[in-house]
Amino acid sequence: MSDDEVAPSSTAPVTQDHQPPERDITDGGPDMVQFLAADGTRVELTATNEPYAAYLEDVDQAAMKDMLRDLIMVRRVDAEGFALQRQGELGLWPSLLGQEAAQVGAGRAMRPQDYAFPGYREHGVAWCKGVPPENLLGMFRGVNHGGWDSNENNFHLYTIVIGNQMLHAVGYAMGAARDGDVGTGDPDRDTAVMAFTGDGGTAQGDFNESLVFASVTNAPVVFYVQNNHWAISEPNDRQFTIPPYRRADGFGFPGIRVDGNDVLASYAVTRHALERARSGQGPTLIEAFTYRMGAHTTSDDPTKYRISAEVDAWKAKDPIDRMTAYLTSEGVIDDAWVEQTEGEADQLAARIRKACQTMPDPPHEEMFAHVYAEPHTLIERESALFADYQAGFED
Amino acid sequence: MPEFKLPDPGEGLVEATIIQWKVAVGDTVKTNDIVVEVETAKSLVELPIPWDGTVTELLAAEGDEVEVGTPIVLIDNGDGGGASGGGGAAASGGNDPAEVTDEATAASDDLVPTAPEGGQGGTESKREAMLVGYGAIEGSTTRRKRRRGASGAEAEADATPQRKAKASPPVRKYAQDRGVDINQVTAAGPTGIVRRSDIDAFVDGGSSPAAPGDDPGGAPTAPEVEGASAPATGASAYQRPVLDRSGEREERIDVKGVRKMTAQAMVGSAFSAPHVTEFITVDVTRTMELIERLKADRALRDLRINPLLVLAKAMTVAVRRNPGVNAVWDEDAQQIVQRNYLNLGIAAATPRGLVVPNIKDADLMDLRQLAEAMTDLVATAKAGRTQPADMSGGTITITNVGVFGVDTGTPIINPGESAIVCFGAVRRMPWVVGSGEQERIEPRWVTQLAVSFDHRLIDGELGSMFLADLAALLEDPARALAWA
Repeated sequence: MSDDEVAPSSTAPVTQDHQPPERDITDGGPDMVQFLAADGTRVELTATNEPYAAYLEDVDQAAMKDMLRDLIMVRRVDAEGFALQRQGELGLWPSLLGQEAAQVGAGRAMRPQDYAFPGYREHGVAWCKGVPPENLLGMFRGVNHGGWDSNENNFHLYTIVIGNQMLHAVGYAMGAARDGDVGTGDPDRDTAVMAFTGDGGTAQGDFNESLVFASVTNAPVVFYVQNNHWAISEPNDRQFTIPPYRRADGFGFPGIRVDGNDVLASYAVTRHALERARSGQGPTLIEAFTYRMGAHTTSDDPTKYRISAEVDAWKAKDPIDRMTAYLTSEGVIDDAWVEQTEGEADQLAARIRKACQTMPDPPHEEMFAHVYAEPHTLIERESALFADYQAGFED
Repeated sequence: MPEFKLPDPGEGLVEATIIQWKVAVGDTVKTNDIVVEVETAKSLVELPIPWDGTVTELLAAEGDEVEVGTPIVLIDNGDGGGASGGGGAAASGGNDPAEVTDEATAASDDLVPTAPEGGQGGTESKREAMLVGYGAIEGSTTRRKRRRGASGAEAEADATPQRKAKASPPVRKYAQDRGVDINQVTAAGPTGIVRRSDIDAFVDGGSSPAAPGDDPGGAPTAPEVEGASAPATGASAYQRPVLDRSGEREERIDVKGVRKMTAQAMVGSAFSAPHVTEFITVDVTRTMELIERLKADRALRDLRINPLLVLAKAMTVAVRRNPGVNAVWDEDAQQIVQRNYLNLGIAAATPRGLVVPNIKDADLMDLRQLAEAMTDLVATAKAGRTQPADMSGGTITITNVGVFGVDTGTPIINPGESAIVCFGAVRRMPWVVGSGEQERIEPRWVTQLAVSFDHRLIDGELGSMFLADLAALLEDPARALAWA
């Protein structure tokens, strides 16, 4: 049973205590593209996944191993971010636990010139785009004003306001098209843009506006909706009556649901959509069907609104377990490789932990430094006044 | 030997309760091992330890409420150093701890509540740690705050003339607007930050002995106050508590719109018409029974039947018997204008303020028409769509203060009219019924009516008869049959 068959929940009385739907919410339905089943076995080719199978043909064993390594590294970075917040080193941390495959699949499908517009949970995409994890920590520690130079890795700053970045992404994509960086056939030039948001973001005006603009301008953009089933405390069945991937129908471009816990499927579907975009065939909406295993952020307590049985059901669909099982059964990796990779992840964690703990506080004048690109008399005056005010604290 | 301080596990939390220790003294811990479960205002949270090492001391017991920033567990991470050793927040890696970490550790060591700082030093330091929170930038911020707060008193005692007060920009402006040199103002709170209330106290200082402010020699200090007052009044002199008011002390709101109209009308009425107000308490049980019957009447379905409706109808009857109350004094013409129609005003509280729309020719309406007119009037007023025409031409008014649970009041006459009836809350009250042998107390529905009238044209007799008639009609609505 898929989402489509859900009784129209808009007619159901909304009660204070949310009753989870009786259907299996871990089931993405027959439209969901999948190559790896939850137990790590390859899924037979069907009408649903067959159109994307070609994108996996050149993914050799080494590439698959790299994907698994990414998954393990990203999960470790995320766990360290969470721990650092709990130790008072970060103000906040939004965990991506459970969504690693959706992000690594998408991130790996991107080319260097492709631009990513993330929300604030896209640590896995950042990793694939080469953004050092320390940069993410610095932002959540509050020692910089955004975290990194977006153009260095073509990875835009985290956007905390839900859905804003969808408009930025479409605008950037429209610009890329006007620069002539679409449909030239040059693999190093043709550019696509990825706009990341979650199921909660689909309710935003910005999201829907961006779909309109992408549609009518045929912008080279891929909307990547990680449906992690919870918009903070709002479950899917309180957010929409048709699933996000079918939204695209109304805007006149394709929508695809992919198993977001299957890194191979996420990769293949994203590659397909990116190639469409780069070659000038317009936007695609991908719904990565996944689950937020942790809290919304470190400030949230999900036990107050969701049942543990639901989390347990998704635990059985873990993206890393299934890729590990698959590659082990194929003989690509063994326990020793996993152990060694986890050791590397621990070293990475120790590195970023130390970096985080020793990040210097920025000078106060830095908050005035990036307001305008060029010198600005008002800002300069304010900066001087503020420096004077700060100096007033010293005896 | 680093100590793990309670972090803010949410956003802006200031304290947490220790629920359960997951480790005991002597246990070996690894980085990110969960050592304790705490409960915050938001949730239960497990806290991981940031170092490898051995637990040497638990500094808080289960059940303790601990402020953010307070050390809760001491870990021996093999640094070997003493309490001032530089383990700090540094990882167990081999590199030298960075300066910031050193600084943070040094500063935070000073924040231990039992720091040898003298009597109140500990408390003050602890409090500051809570105020700034324990977070990513704890080191330098705390250090800075502490230096200022702890040495503030000394600085003030030194009476350094160049002392610059700590205050937010709006407070500086507030002081400037009042001609106060903010650097002369003493902060009452423990933070040393000057607030509006301090400025106010400073300004009031001239007349208040408790608030020093005119000392030309520099900033006044708390010790001076004690010194000045102690000899005069003895040791138990009243100490005004330190009251901290966040936000504006008073606000000014431009008078416009409905408020302006109301003010003009009320002043005009109150100071031109000599008001007399009379009161009566009445048993309205039979009115309440009538309402129940009317509600069941199919002909009146969908209408709002309530005591106000019956009072409105009773007004039409009482006015017919006492037409003199339905008149108005015309000062210019030196005439009394007797109205032979009744435009019944209903005072209504609306989002825009008080408005008094009236039902034109209410005396010609039957109960159904009156109910419909009142329903529409109330709905229109609540929606803020009452038109000026609806509010002009009234001849007599009801104000229904009973909806606010109030018993009665002394209403002010709506300009252009000569009487206003105040309808109080209808309550179950003990009431003496029967007579002679049958006399007893029963719970009855009881209310109070009041009428204010313009004594220039309405004498006490007429006003009293009108009020008595109104009460009689509510006491027994059947009288309307006889009087109508």
